[in-house]
Amino acid sequence: MIDRSEVLHIAKLARLSISDEEVDVLAAELSGILDHVEMISKLNLAGVEPSAHSVAQTGWLRPDVPHQSLAREKALDQAPATDGEGFEVPPPGSGT
Amino acid sequence: MSTDSTKLSVTETVAAVASGLLSKAELHAAWLDRAGLDDLNALSWVSDSPELVHGDGPLGGVPLGVKDLFCTEGVPSQSGSKILEGYLPPYTATVVEALAQAGAPLIAKTHQDEFAMGSSNENCAFGPVLNPWDRGRVPGGSSGGSAAAVAAGLVPWALGTDTGGSIRQPAALCGVVGLKPTYGSVSRYGMIAFASSLDQAGPITRTVADAGLLYSQMTGKDPRDATSVEHPDSVEPVVPMDLTGVRLGVPEELTGEGVEPGVREAFEATLDLARSLGATVAPCPLPHAPHALSAYYLIAPAECSSNLARLDGVRFGLRVDPDEGLDGMYGATRAAGFGPEVRRRIMLGTYALSSGYYDAYYGRAQRVRTLISQDFDSAFEDFDAIVTPTSPSVAFELGSKTADPLSMYLSDFCTVPMSLAGIPAISIPNGLSDGLPVGFQIAGPAFSENRILGIAAALEDGLKFDGSPAWIA
Amino acid sequence: MIELEPVIGLEIHVQLATKTKMFCGCEPVFGENPNTRTCPVCLGLPGALPVINERAVDFGLRLGLALGCELANRSIFHRKNYFYADLPKGYQISQFDEPLCSGGFLDGVRIHRVHLEEDAAKLVHSSSSGRIQGADSSVVDFNRGGTPLAEIVTEPDITSAAQAREWLSLLRTTVKSLGISDVSMEEGSLRCDANISLRPVGETTLGTKTELKNMNSFRFVEKGIEAEIERQRELIQSGGTVVQETLHFDPRSGSLTALRSKEEAHDYRYFPEPDLLPVAVGPEMIKAAQDSLPELPAARASRYEEEFGLASELAQRLAFNGDLGDLFEATAAICGAGSDARLVATWVNGEVSSRVDEGSDQTVEPEALAELLGLLEDDKITTAAARGILDTLIEHGGSPADLVESQGLGKVGGGDELSAAVDAAIASDPEAAAKVAAGEQKALGPLVGLVMKATQGRADGGEVRALIFSKLADS
Ligand SMILES: [Mg+2]
Ligand SMILES: [Zn+2]
Repeated sequence: MIDRSEVLHIAKLARLSISDEEVDVLAAELSGILDHVEMISKLNLAGVEPSAHSVAQTGWLRPDVPHQSLAREKALDQAPATDGEGFEVPPPGSGT
Repeated sequence: MSTDSTKLSVTETVAAVASGLLSKAELHAAWLDRAGLDDLNALSWVSDSPELVHGDGPLGGVPLGVKDLFCTEGVPSQSGSKILEGYLPPYTATVVEALAQAGAPLIAKTHQDEFAMGSSNENCAFGPVLNPWDRGRVPGGSSGGSAAAVAAGLVPWALGTDTGGSIRQPAALCGVVGLKPTYGSVSRYGMIAFASSLDQAGPITRTVADAGLLYSQMTGKDPRDATSVEHPDSVEPVVPMDLTGVRLGVPEELTGEGVEPGVREAFEATLDLARSLGATVAPCPLPHAPHALSAYYLIAPAECSSNLARLDGVRFGLRVDPDEGLDGMYGATRAAGFGPEVRRRIMLGTYALSSGYYDAYYGRAQRVRTLISQDFDSAFEDFDAIVTPTSPSVAFELGSKTADPLSMYLSDFCTVPMSLAGIPAISIPNGLSDGLPVGFQIAGPAFSENRILGIAAALEDGLKFDGSPAWIA
Repeated sequence: MIELEPVIGLEIHVQLATKTKMFCGCEPVFGENPNTRTCPVCLGLPGALPVINERAVDFGLRLGLALGCELANRSIFHRKNYFYADLPKGYQISQFDEPLCSGGFLDGVRIHRVHLEEDAAKLVHSSSSGRIQGADSSVVDFNRGGTPLAEIVTEPDITSAAQAREWLSLLRTTVKSLGISDVSMEEGSLRCDANISLRPVGETTLGTKTELKNMNSFRFVEKGIEAEIERQRELIQSGGTVVQETLHFDPRSGSLTALRSKEEAHDYRYFPEPDLLPVAVGPEMIKAAQDSLPELPAARASRYEEEFGLASELAQRLAFNGDLGDLFEATAAICGAGSDARLVATWVNGEVSSRVDEGSDQTVEPEALAELLGLLEDDKITTAAARGILDTLIEHGGSPADLVESQGLGKVGGGDELSAAVDAAIASDPEAAAKVAAGEQKALGPLVGLVMKATQGRADGGEVRALIFSKLADS
């Protein structure tokens, strides 16, 4: 079961502004889904290793060789706000 | 040959191009005409360039439909989301680039569920895709646009992606072939991620041979995707396998309760066909398969909650700024940009990873995944392939499941276990139920694509499925 | 009143000097135009994927070996999830419960772990104050974002600010000798945070700690830790309690300000990075790292003792501060076998190190120092003059011989000049002269002082004293 305060906490962690009505709806929906998936809490998983991946177990590494970086205009092209050199963001310190 | 050339399978078309019966220009023009017939909201973008550059690769210049979530340089790549509306990436996904090099240039992008989350295509910010067999029904999802476009003859073949069934289930609901390859055998670089440990690109085609042809040019280790691996076998042109002595396992856990009668009938009929072709069919236990959906609905949301954190209104995409500082901008942008299902899964995944819950949810789910892989490992000691219905139901009516997320999640019941185990599985159309297509799933061990394609082709020959009712005239 | 002792642990981030970033092929060049070293990967664009830089792993292994760590044969990258403008993906790829190296020891301080991660981008605040608070808007430059970092975490084994500074200096020397980083605190390629708590002497449980961030020079590390120890001491002794928080030290005002309070503590939701597979460190990688290991500071100190006959403390002081060690060795080599390496060592450790901040470019060239010490050894200049010349060399450079020549700093002795100066001193302070003549040694000081002043320190003290005695005895 997820209550209102948990929904609000998670929404804050996930940076999702949610309306007051949405809090209750989400609390109900998430609780319903969790009720279902909690089936797995009945399984005995003692001694079972977790799998983060299914097929390959260890990976390979990349040689330290430079590639061509993007031209700045291309890097900034899709940004909602720039000063021509960098990505503009609202001030981190203020607001919520 | 003109527009009738579009009725050929891709394999036949490639042969016609090779023998000079068909020019690449004619081919392209014919398919541009076909793409123009879209009345299903299947296509999100169609090339306006009359002459696409395509090499002399083995794919003969047969143009390709590509799911919206593949990044294509300068071409909208929106992953079905308002937060990426009109987004033009500065680069192209490895597999799209490789296929263009191999002679399958991009002709259209296809609509999908937002960030590949959904089984009906109703979670698309740009409207639902309609099923060409019945425009009141869903095409399945999340690669619903690709499946519908191939079924309706808007594109000759298409790319989809599959995380828990997103290629196979819409292929089943639209009466086409869909292959989810072995995890890692196709590069994910440039695919807008849903759940990184599960996502895999694959072909959606009208024939099994076409699926094998497209897959053969997709697979390979990509230096830009650290989870990609070289396929140990070369992927051969598909030939129907002699099914004599081939052992097919039927897991009771995935074929019992919940499967619609019409789907079950078609499934049984296909098993009979397999027997008649010499295969042996026997029950095959997958004891943990009933838990796959639960594990999946923890793992996939957890990964997506992190993968979608980059949608933050800074470097690309939508920004909503209520002038309440950085966090205010993040919250407002993400609330406005993500649809309800995406928000729901981000919340669920954030919760499953959060302090105090990790072990109970994500940690346990990863252990269930181990058990499911082990189930398959032991099953493949006794069986050459495992077969199930692809989807427990045929295409359902638009809006019929949107109110209840759980009932929608059950659409992936038969496809999710293979995703968790990373093994390949193909869906082929195996008949109709009440005039709507049914899908038959064949799964094999990791890197057994040649085998399951061969089995699928043998059954395809026997089934003689007629997809023409979906064809837009 | 209870006696309190500080308990200090350090967290050091070292930028690795690889050719490319941690997870992409962009070159992390310092001082480039903003956003010219980016790609889909380090901009965190949709669909882009990380691939681990082989050399960063190699550098991490070298560091682990140099710090006596155990190297993991299987190591995992995790995602550390949080939102900030300098973090393009909404998570940092770092390591969590299976770091590349763990355990270890360096000069009395245990190493908890060494792990690899990616650096954040640079956030520039455009407001009149340049501070975060009150900024109108901020601009992100992703050039630095994704640069490989090795994070070194110590156990809380350090007990004073001075020890923290010295230990950090040894760590810097060690890293520098490995050739894996520029280790410049000024340029941010070496960054140090400190966890500080106090506890009653004799107690073993740890008190509530605070985290002190962004101390960007060795001096500030010492001053900042000192200030925080004092703040906590006063707080506890006046009956207050320490609150767990992150603090920023302002070296100009010496003040400490809270950056984040506990209520905003993050929930990082660590989970294994699904875009990467575990790293398998094979025997060949470990062998390559082992083969590349240079002479480490402890070995260097022993060599100084043997080769140059230095006392062990002096040898260690030089060897553990690599800049001083390098200067010492280079200068001693130029001076040659005929000269006294101990003089060089004493000068480098005393005169030079008191004038040059660690890691600073403003220092003395070994050639100049060798020349200066040669003049001193040959009795051409006095120690006082040599000190003055060293000041000039560090500030402006130049040749010691030229400086002696042009500024007339050559030693005054024997001849008429010194004799005249002594006569003048006796004449100007007859009272002191009388006392000296009467055998009062203490009165010698003012007379010597007058002579030194008149000769600008170029006279030899012993010679001056002898001359005064002889003149007063004659009279
Ligand atoms: Mg760190
Ligand atoms: Zn980059």
